[in-house]
Amino acid sequence: MSGKVIKYERDNIDTDVIIPGQYLKIHDYDELARHAMEGMDPEFHSRHGSYILAGKNFGCGSSREHAPIALSHSGIKAVLALSFARIFYRNAVDGAFLLPIEIDEDAYGAISDGNEIDVDVGTGTIRDITAGKEYKMHPFPDMISKIIEAGGLFRYRPE
Amino acid sequence: MNITEKILARAASKGSVSPGDVVFADVDKVMMHDVSGPGVIKVFEKLKKQGINVEKLWDPSRVWVAEDHFVPSAEKISAENISKLTKFVKRYDIGRHFRYGMGQYGICHTISHEEAMVMPGEVYVGGDSHTNTTGALGAFACGLGHTDIAYVLLHGRIWFRVPETYYFKLNGRLPDHIMAKDLILHIIGEIGTDGGAYRAMQFGGSGVDAMSVQSRLTLCNMTTEAGAKCGIVEPDQKTLQYLESRGATNMRPVTGDADSEYAKTFEYEADKLEPLVAEPFSPENTRPVREAPTVELDKSYIGSCTGAKYEDLRAAARILKGRKVKIRTEILPAAISIYRRAMEDGLLRIFIDAGATVGPPTCGACCGAHMGVLAKDEVCISTTNRNFPGRMGHVDSKTYLSSPLVAAASAVTGRITDPRDLP
Repeated sequence: MSGKVIKYERDNIDTDVIIPGQYLKIHDYDELARHAMEGMDPEFHSRHGSYILAGKNFGCGSSREHAPIALSHSGIKAVLALSFARIFYRNAVDGAFLLPIEIDEDAYGAISDGNEIDVDVGTGTIRDITAGKEYKMHPFPDMISKIIEAGGLFRYRPE
Repeated sequence: MNITEKILARAASKGSVSPGDVVFADVDKVMMHDVSGPGVIKVFEKLKKQGINVEKLWDPSRVWVAEDHFVPSAEKISAENISKLTKFVKRYDIGRHFRYGMGQYGICHTISHEEAMVMPGEVYVGGDSHTNTTGALGAFACGLGHTDIAYVLLHGRIWFRVPETYYFKLNGRLPDHIMAKDLILHIIGEIGTDGGAYRAMQFGGSGVDAMSVQSRLTLCNMTTEAGAKCGIVEPDQKTLQYLESRGATNMRPVTGDADSEYAKTFEYEADKLEPLVAEPFSPENTRPVREAPTVELDKSYIGSCTGAKYEDLRAAARILKGRKVKIRTEILPAAISIYRRAMEDGLLRIFIDAGATVGPPTCGACCGAHMGVLAKDEVCISTTNRNFPGRMGHVDSKTYLSSPLVAAASAVTGRITDPRDLP
């Protein structure tokens, strides 16, 4: 799957900026998407990204599933980050909203905002089409990849 | 095995577990509130469309529901959510529902201990990140999202990666001007907001032994701000008494083995700690109150699961007794039982005489939802747990996190104040 990167060069992007607290009462997924990233990036929607690239501890803070929902219903297929906060990570995977992909510093540093990339989970590679470079993603832990393959926790059958 | 590993091993029906193992654990108790509840209802609707059976919960007697984030209802949508949640509780015959305007209710994490909803040794999951709070009772208490809570409601179990444990040891009793909030801010300042990520944070040592259960609850509450999976304190006589006095029976406390292993141990001397604030915009931006910049405050907020338990209110009253507030001061006891005790013991009179406003239990302004949110450029000192951009209102407002003692002292002077420096 290929698409455009929105890059935020910052750590600790928290769930309050991904979807501010006043919208927690909303459970309409498209309405939530309209307010995605409102806490830090009013231009988010006009940037038409398919991927977010960010630093450490992405999605820290609240357990609100609104966060991965708002991003995925805005067209974000995966977040590529140096690390993730635990609840955001499992919400993204168990609800099958988007892929939380861990990457190394080199990919984080090199891929520029607005670049076109292609993400192949099967081979574990991120191809920067614009720059003509390729990076490895961290493999998903065994059970996480099974939940992803199954299409979320409810479709996963534990052995 | 340490306490967290022992609880998870029992819940996963395994002889032993080690950090890194992924297990499906049986859940003893599950909680949702007026934000996660409607989220779970939405998941149920989705599942139904996919042909998945959502007719019956695994065990409705183990489920409880709190109304806390948007009560009293802020506007029509939040009123609808409460109504939806109430229908869901009836439809599925859910065990307990703490309702606004109907006796005991309050912030879910406060209800968890005030009503003895969770026992030592249990696996407790809640649809809220600060579910970690309840680990102070010696339970494995962990926050989850809507999909995971829906899964627990239907299957009674959920997956966990067994966390490695960081052990935080406090030597000596906290001095009078230091609260548990200062210690946990100190720890987060040291390890950072991802310093406990995916880990268990266990608290012990003579200082924690000497602490009240309510202080331990403050420690565990903010392990969430270090990214931890859970916070935990081994249960002792105090824990059992606290719960017994609130109606608990048949407790089966678990403690770690003598050869408990910890990935890392941190040690603190109680008499070396200072009152701290966490400056905007992160709980890790800590600084001693006496070194804080001179800022004109607009408001002091004493509320939330972190900072409006009975002993938090008592600490604030110690400062506010016979004094007047200089800035807008809002005090919201975290549960009706606490409100009542504060009324009976004269604390509410002290607050009102000082000029503060006393409000009903709610998460309200702590999460920027309603009832006292901040305007652009306003600056607040708060006993809550997060100070991210926009957390308590306008994205250009600022929040300093502190103990109730510091928040009350700052209310009196209008700037960030060490309680020892009050005239």
